[in-house]
Amino acid sequence: MSRHAHEHEHERHHAHDHSHPPQPDIDSGPMGHYQLMGAALGELLIEKGVITADELRATIELIDGKSPEDGARVVARAWTDPDYRRRLLEDGNAAVDALGVEMPDTHLVVVENTAKVHNVIVCTLCSCYPRMLLGLPPDWYKAHAYRSRVVREPRAVLREFGTELPDDTEIRVHDSTADMRYLVLPRRPDGTEDMNEEELAALVTRDCMIGVSSPKAP
Amino acid sequence: MARFAPGDRVFVREAYPPGHIRTPWYIRGKSGVIERVCGEFRNPEELAYGRDGTPRRTLYRVRFMQREVWDDYAEHPGDTVDIEIYDHWLEPAA
Repeated sequence: MSRHAHEHEHERHHAHDHSHPPQPDIDSGPMGHYQLMGAALGELLIEKGVITADELRATIELIDGKSPEDGARVVARAWTDPDYRRRLLEDGNAAVDALGVEMPDTHLVVVENTAKVHNVIVCTLCSCYPRMLLGLPPDWYKAHAYRSRVVREPRAVLREFGTELPDDTEIRVHDSTADMRYLVLPRRPDGTEDMNEEELAALVTRDCMIGVSSPKAP
Repeated sequence: MARFAPGDRVFVREAYPPGHIRTPWYIRGKSGVIERVCGEFRNPEELAYGRDGTPRRTLYRVRFMQREVWDDYAEHPGDTVDIEIYDHWLEPAA
């Protein structure tokens, strides 16, 4: 529904004898300390000619433009090509590079789910995340609740995400504290034997590659 | 040259120095097993203060049993947590 149509709908349903609080703009509150420091640093670098405003903008655009579709292509290839799967587990950077995903300055560790072990990724210290492969992390990944709880009650947290694991599955949490970045290689769902690589990639969501969910057959 | 090899038992120093530390509090004083040697990296405790981070430090992935990390761990007894820890935070465990 367009905004205009919505407003008409709204008026039909109740008379305006009361007021609604305004929806705050994204930048209407005061800037926090680190936001302010970030903005100041950016301005200084531009003023001193270290980078240009356009370079800063283009970098933000590049990072914002990354999406979990790249990770999903990697997973689908690993599901359909045993040799690629082996290379991916041995040397994550080289394997994703072969599919056109460059991860400069970071080391990719790929962890594989099996019938006995389920992997889940967290960064308890901050929000380290394989952005070149999955795009920007979801807000919950950066939240204190996820970071503090998934490391000490992972099964309870996974259940809240709607993920029920068999009782005998061991959960392996990976705390991304330093120079490694992680990708979960989920299990290929049963009933997908006839699907091609592109169809399989569509089953692989961001949350499956963080490890809080599992791919489902359509 | 890496001091530890995969399979070695190690102990995480129980120290609480000020500054930018990448060893999580919850794992200090715990022991685990080297899962892999990740390579040598600039020391983030130095990089955080504008220094060059050398000498580089060996980084390991260490695997801990969750029931040994948390006294009240209530989930699967085989559950583990793997954490990246720099060489200078590790000591050989008996």
